[in-house]
Amino acid sequence: MKDLLDFSKLDRAQLEGMLETAVVMAGVLERPVKKVPALQGFTVCTAFFENSTRTRLSFELAARRMSADVVTFTAANSSTAKGESLKDTIQTLEAMKIDAFIVRHGASGAAHQVSRWTNAKVVNAGDGRRAHPTQALLDAYTLKQKFGSLEGLEVAIIGDVRHSRVARSNAELLPKLGAKVRLCGPATLLPAELEADGVTVTTDIGEALTGAHAVMALRLQLERMSAGYLPSLEEYRETYQVNAQRMGKARPDAVVLHPGPMNRDLEIESVLADSGRSLVLQQVANGLPVRMAVLYHLLVGKN
Amino acid sequence: MARLEFKAKLLEPDDMRRAITRIAHEILERNKGASNLAIVGIHTRGIPLAERIALKVSELEGVTIPSGKLDITLYRDDLSEVGLQPIVRQTEVPFDISSRRIVLVDDVFYTGRTARAGLDALIDLGRPTSIQLAVLIDRGHRELPIRADYVGKNIPTSKQEIVKVKLLETDGEDAVELYELRGEVKS
Repeated sequence: MKDLLDFSKLDRAQLEGMLETAVVMAGVLERPVKKVPALQGFTVCTAFFENSTRTRLSFELAARRMSADVVTFTAANSSTAKGESLKDTIQTLEAMKIDAFIVRHGASGAAHQVSRWTNAKVVNAGDGRRAHPTQALLDAYTLKQKFGSLEGLEVAIIGDVRHSRVARSNAELLPKLGAKVRLCGPATLLPAELEADGVTVTTDIGEALTGAHAVMALRLQLERMSAGYLPSLEEYRETYQVNAQRMGKARPDAVVLHPGPMNRDLEIESVLADSGRSLVLQQVANGLPVRMAVLYHLLVGKN
Repeated sequence: MARLEFKAKLLEPDDMRRAITRIAHEILERNKGASNLAIVGIHTRGIPLAERIALKVSELEGVTIPSGKLDITLYRDDLSEVGLQPIVRQTEVPFDISSRRIVLVDDVFYTGRTARAGLDALIDLGRPTSIQLAVLIDRGHRELPIRADYVGKNIPTSKQEIVKVKLLETDGEDAVELYELRGEVKS
């Protein structure tokens, strides 16, 4: 495997294999010595052109737990780091013998572009609204941990689907693992073209939640208001907030997910986020073994 | 194209059973009994062998000897042995290895690199009193200053030869066979 940019080139066996490896990595993290020499001698560079402390930390810790060396590049101002300057940055870093780049960029397709410019491995850590594959993998891992398998699971993803790379990556990944995805949000934030095999689209949150095993609330970016996508936050909260009362439509054992950071009491009810049904902190914890597995498969597996 | 050619059967099921019984006796003799003893097998075929040795030792001493499973993939120094899609398996050592005498078990001792990785993997789990190594076959060609404490059978081999250990639990039969790699091997 050369890169993890999205899931288009991966089949179910490869994906399941990575999730299996993640289970072993989670075991490593439980031991007195939480470190293995698996990636000794490899150098991993996190190249973040868009801010994200938690994702960057999760990747860096994952690489360190496997004894890789880690260097960090953070662009102070992402808007200046486009086009030729991105290429120059990557090639400069590659000249320092980087084995894998972990790229976060505000522009959709940035990680794909980076992959064409370098022989190093590339992990997409989020590009614009396009993809965030390790987030979807950790969501799948979290659901597998809870339900044993994703086969037949109904997963509702609620909110600003239009601008969400998390929604897109999950809509790509979860059906490959046997789950069904329901995308739901206000019509202005719900592109109909996302409908596919195993993916349905609806503006009716009741329909989306009915019989769901898992409900994922997406972060509502407040700047969407000024762009005219939403009439008011109150109306959004009234119609699309994931809350305890609405969860009554889902299965009794249904769980709640959120990719973070949360706007409490906006897209997700605060008490629900802190309740026993919420797997939000589990998602964060699972990010580590999942990213260890991804880096291990990329760096140690053959192309 | 290289192909594998069968050359000889090295051990029959009865030979294997006797070798395991002898190893169990030697373990008890060297450790003056079974107190604080535990047997840990290396994936894949070291695991059933470890379970058989643990069972035999338990039988002989009338106590239960714990056994565990060790995967050394994350400790390998030779990444060329990892396939297209790496397979990492669970390490399951359901007891504290600290202050125990651990017998590490593998099927074939060759270069010693697997044993080296096994030692590192084991030590990351705790601090055992001692680690001893038991193998069913020692085929020679070691590349590291590591040797087995207990050997089922020493079989001098050439590097073109391949020793296959088959076990009921993993292969449906008990046998040790010798093969030779024939034809051009292009690297």
